[in-house]
Amino acid sequence: MYRVVKIERIKKETPSVKTFFFRDKSSPMPGQFYMLWLPGVDEFPMSISYIGEIKGFTVKKVGAGTSRMHSMHEGDKLWLRGPYGHGFSPMNGKILFVGGGSGMATLAPIIERLPGDLLIAARSRDELLFMDRFKERKIYVATDDGSLGFKGFAHELLEKILEDTKYDAIYTCGPELMLRKVIDIASSHGIEIQASLERLMKCGIGICDSCSINGYRVCVDGPVFGSHELAEMDELGRYRRDRAGRKVPI
Amino acid sequence: MLEVDINDLHFRNPLLLASGILDESGDTMLRVARSGAGGIVTKSIGMVPREGYENPVIYELPYGLLNAIGLANPGIENFGEEIKKAKEGGVPIIGSIFGGNVDEFVYLAKKMESYGVDAVELNLSCPHARGYGMEIGVDMELVEEIVGEVKKSVGIPVWAKITPNTDSVVRIAKAAEKADALVLINTIRAMAIDIDARRPVLSNKIGGLSGPCLKPVGVRAVYEVYSEVNKPIIGVGGIQNGRDALEYMMAGASAVQIGTAVYTHGLEVFTSIAREMKEWLHRNDYENVKDIIGAAQVK
Repeated sequence: MYRVVKIERIKKETPSVKTFFFRDKSSPMPGQFYMLWLPGVDEFPMSISYIGEIKGFTVKKVGAGTSRMHSMHEGDKLWLRGPYGHGFSPMNGKILFVGGGSGMATLAPIIERLPGDLLIAARSRDELLFMDRFKERKIYVATDDGSLGFKGFAHELLEKILEDTKYDAIYTCGPELMLRKVIDIASSHGIEIQASLERLMKCGIGICDSCSINGYRVCVDGPVFGSHELAEMDELGRYRRDRAGRKVPI
Repeated sequence: MLEVDINDLHFRNPLLLASGILDESGDTMLRVARSGAGGIVTKSIGMVPREGYENPVIYELPYGLLNAIGLANPGIENFGEEIKKAKEGGVPIIGSIFGGNVDEFVYLAKKMESYGVDAVELNLSCPHARGYGMEIGVDMELVEEIVGEVKKSVGIPVWAKITPNTDSVVRIAKAAEKADALVLINTIRAMAIDIDARRPVLSNKIGGLSGPCLKPVGVRAVYEVYSEVNKPIIGVGGIQNGRDALEYMMAGASAVQIGTAVYTHGLEVFTSIAREMKEWLHRNDYENVKDIIGAAQVK
């Protein structure tokens, strides 16, 4: 059953990302997600980016549903079910958070709970998400076009950082090809890792098999997976499943 | 204690994964097999890839689930590898198929046989796909022809999954009598409206209702058909625990299928149901679950 919440405030974060603040009685864990229904438009999964009394979804404009959201106003309604899935769990030692693009939205609640440094990556300077929100932290920056910080991809900067700085644990979220690289780098350095994955999702409750990777259901077994499970996912970054369930190369 | 045989197929327990639940990819089916299922029925596969309906495709209710996935499937030509992987689980794999006419069912069944499935299940009962499922499954002449022609075309057992959305499930069961086993029941046509949105929740508007609320309907269908048709029955609908499974078997089912309970109880549900069944059988001095099949039939 859906709950209806009212958008109390909308904040423009980047040219393509907005945060929608609302109140809701649920108590999500960092890394969990909701199914968000816009009646007559679409229903889609959305990770939570603020988990306090005032909650927030930080949404990148990508498809019909998120585009409609970007045209919404304060006072408009959202239909929710959830929270769903397994979120992030605490890890020990020196931590690095690696967020690519809107992946930072998913990481934000766990960043607020744990000390650690950040690697924020985006296509360009104005798409870097939550630079202000975490301005008291040490932040490494990578942009594809070199408009701020390191010029190149997140994983390339990560490799450079690890040459002279030791981290014990990495939390990451971002585009799948970036995740694949970050996971492989963590594995080769013996660094514990938790990654939040995103796949085409239909039911959100573990029965339709649409979001499965190597037998792991992103919606209920994830979306956050640890080193051991990630090591078994040879499809990650290589194959995806389309809406019909066909396995197609990425 | 829980072993059963249906059409010369041996099952380590009578708890099969129902079609449509976690059975699209080989890896997931393998995982379900390793979680204790006695057998697995695949997602219903058709002639060509099908994306299914737009979201929302599912709606959670306090007493069950409403779904209209829309027969999403990768298409028969892309399903061989998934079957091959699923077979590694060591339990019988039943290939579910849906067609729009006799020829399609025959083609799909032969293809499934060539992939190595242990039986085929004819989906004559999906309640929410135009031109397929129950739209075919309530036409008794067509049901008889489909079952008959598929039976002639393959050497593996043919199961017919029948709709409860009819005035007489017995009449349809009789039309499907040439099948090696009957699977009763599929979901019931249903709808939910969100009053704040003032519209049906599912994008397809109408879907199929499953879960605990469905159990009395399924038990009734199995009970009615058991005394009228002399074929093994596989009971489906709302089974959540050992008592539910035993209830279906006492009504006349030789085995059961589990679907929605995977959502309510997780993949552990197969082992928990098996444990509860064994405990009850032991307490009541039964050595074998086969001995309770049809035990509740009152003459």
